[in-house]
Amino acid sequence: MNITNLLICVLCVLPIYTASASEQVIQQRLADYRATGAADFDATRGAALWQQSHVQAKLGKAVSCRSCHSTQLQHTGQHLRTGKLIEPMAPSVNPERFNDSKKIEKWFKRNCKWTWGRECTAQEKGDLLTFLQSQ
Amino acid sequence: MNKKHIWGALLLIGSLTLAMTTLSWSDEDERWEHERGEGNRFWHETSNVPMLTNKAYQTECSACHFAYPASFLPERSWLKIMTSLEDHFGENAELDNDTQAVITRYLQNNAADQSPSRFSRSILRSIRTVDTPLRISETGFFKRKHHEIPNRMVVGNAKVRSFSNCLSCHSMAEKGSFDEDAVRIPGFGRWED
Repeated sequence: MNITNLLICVLCVLPIYTASASEQVIQQRLADYRATGAADFDATRGAALWQQSHVQAKLGKAVSCRSCHSTQLQHTGQHLRTGKLIEPMAPSVNPERFNDSKKIEKWFKRNCKWTWGRECTAQEKGDLLTFLQSQ
Repeated sequence: MNKKHIWGALLLIGSLTLAMTTLSWSDEDERWEHERGEGNRFWHETSNVPMLTNKAYQTECSACHFAYPASFLPERSWLKIMTSLEDHFGENAELDNDTQAVITRYLQNNAADQSPSRFSRSILRSIRTVDTPLRISETGFFKRKHHEIPNRMVVGNAKVRSFSNCLSCHSMAEKGSFDEDAVRIPGFGRWED
């Protein structure tokens, strides 16, 4: 096998490897949520939560996850207020998205509080993650 | 004109000259901050800002914005910022306890009060001891350094938007250099005052 073939093989296997790394992280998160009392998770419920809007106290207007993460999960989002660009949420175009447990929990905490004014429950996080994973 | 008047005039001229010299000295003092004196180690070193050395600070803070040099605000400012992350200029920027402790310690140890850099000393001098600014751009030193820049180049400039985006114009900021020579305002180019 020459170097080019080897390189092609590595490049083909790499996305599968990162996808499975993120798959493992998501499964671990879901298991942890179940351990704290959540029932089965449902992508449809997750999709509804994703679109659910609340009045953000400081902005004085209704916001949802889509306000900053774009209406298309495969697209790059942009923060409503700061203009910061946010990498796509869909693992189909951004396989690195869910490969770090601590990062997932950090942003759930921040964004649930910012968007809904409270932390998300384990059930809600599981539903949201199941929905996002399917994208 | 009698003798008294002549002495009076001389005294007046003398005081004025002294006052002007002092003024130009202080101007000179600030100009040195921007000079990269080739072959002059002392000026070269003090014109630079200490580089970031903390990975947690770099990773967490620059996920959203330029990781501002710790030496640009006093310790009391950093403590106030780090204890109010749930409302960080309108955003929730909460961290887990361990990361928060690591970053707080880094900021305390490298705050303006601890830094020998000329920038830090100028910034500290420009803050009243009763004040605890949360933004570098609120300090007297920052304002003095940026007051000549018209609004259309920053707030009105879609590629800059805010004075908080240091890197938009200070092209060498990540390397710890805020030299005027390296300033490139998007859409406007070099800045010379």
